[in-house]
Amino acid sequence: MTAVVAALARRSIRQTFRRPQFIAPILLMPTLFLAVNTGGADSATTLPGFPDVAGFLDFELAGAMMQAAMLAGVSGGIALAIDIEIGFTDRLLAAPIARPAIVLGRLGATAAMGLLLTAWFLALGFVFGAQVQAGAAGVLLIAVLVPLAALAFGSVGTALALWAGRASVVQGIFPLVFVVVFLSSAFFPRELLSEPAASVADYNPMSFIAEAVRDPIIGGITATETMKGLLGIAIVAAIGSVLSSFALRHRLRSA
Amino acid sequence: MTQSIAVTGALMRRALNEVVRVPGAAVPGVIAPTIFLLGLTAAFGKLTEVRGFGGPDDYISFLAPVTLLQCAGFTGAATGVNLARDIEQGWFDRLLVAPTPRVVLLGGVVLSAALRVLMPVAFLLTMGFVFGLNFPGFDGMLLIVVLVPAYAIVAACWGASIALRFRTQAAGPLIQSVMFMFILFTASYAPLDLLAPWLEAVARVNPVNQVIEALRAGFVADVTWEETWPGLVTVTGMTLFFGALALRGIQRTGR
Repeated sequence: MTAVVAALARRSIRQTFRRPQFIAPILLMPTLFLAVNTGGADSATTLPGFPDVAGFLDFELAGAMMQAAMLAGVSGGIALAIDIEIGFTDRLLAAPIARPAIVLGRLGATAAMGLLLTAWFLALGFVFGAQVQAGAAGVLLIAVLVPLAALAFGSVGTALALWAGRASVVQGIFPLVFVVVFLSSAFFPRELLSEPAASVADYNPMSFIAEAVRDPIIGGITATETMKGLLGIAIVAAIGSVLSSFALRHRLRSA
Repeated sequence: MTQSIAVTGALMRRALNEVVRVPGAAVPGVIAPTIFLLGLTAAFGKLTEVRGFGGPDDYISFLAPVTLLQCAGFTGAATGVNLARDIEQGWFDRLLVAPTPRVVLLGGVVLSAALRVLMPVAFLLTMGFVFGLNFPGFDGMLLIVVLVPAYAIVAACWGASIALRFRTQAAGPLIQSVMFMFILFTASYAPLDLLAPWLEAVARVNPVNQVIEALRAGFVADVTWEETWPGLVTVTGMTLFFGALALRGIQRTGR
């Protein structure tokens, strides 16, 4: 099963790099947003109650990584839906391989994209003067949390693709990505959000994950924030796994 | 002349039919700018408390013109991507061999954007007014009805020129990201003086900033001729420039 998962993951990664419409939403859009947010809301650091940060870029890096991780999850779902549309998934279902491998291969690729985008945004941050206050250990923690988050978001995208089987339907949830990000502390401190976003952000797993990723960048590694981040990832992954399992059964019945 | 108008009208009707026949593709473009308006207001609303911000107390009124142009940008980009799809599927080649001037074909494609954009604009303004957006007055509304469809034509011309050059939907991210940068690399989040120095420098030379300032006047104060004419001149100039680019693209196609 491991060999099948690895082969499918490799195929998915190659597919992502061959089609600009897959890679662009993951890296290009969050990078442009990062530029606009840091350039446009640079003066926000002077607001009373804003965390003590070296610069607004330091604060925003986690938000950009979260946005990109979520988009990576949705893009993985779109790619799977295209596989369903062109009949590739049906051929896999007929092959003598474990069925979860079909989903795990795709998720493995999404996690790998999570690692790539972590490297991209950290490199970008370093070039433009951001610092990871927790040092190498902080970088390592981010490199674990972001791919795990991408994997968790990917499980939700996978569930939707398996259920709908149409790329246009999965693509339709792109705006929802922004809703989830805006209603969290990914872009702005929770205490400074307007209502009702502030109240929603208190319960949004995205807030927990973003704050866990931000923690080593603007301060140091704290166990509480890290555990909250892992809890947030676990919640999303649990929802995604359950939905994927139901959706796969639904697809097998209809195949 | 009458035939040209009839062909243009038919192509515009076809573009509008897509909204009804493929709602899954159209809905994200309709609701995305509203999500940006409400989401960014929730996230960055406290920027109005930054010293020197000036303008209105409600951030939603400051941000509204940016999201109105996003409506135009998304619609225009979608027009370009739809044209690329028609080229990929061979439908546009059939139009090219028809006894119709190519400028008429291009006109039908890009003018449809001016009509389609009214849908996201209506949705955005309705939701905006519900959530406290200032009414821009009759003159402000008139400016919206003139400038936003005109900018949708600009974006559609850009999208068409790229679609005709690359002949693939894979060029979609290029179409979208250039429009994204034109609209957001302006005084979109805060007044020019509060932007990061690099963004302030870009925004001062970005012509779209004039359009945003013209639209913003009605929401934050009163519409004045001094702020309106630069926006009108900018949109006219951009229409001529990007229109010429698209025209050159269609004249060269297949030759």
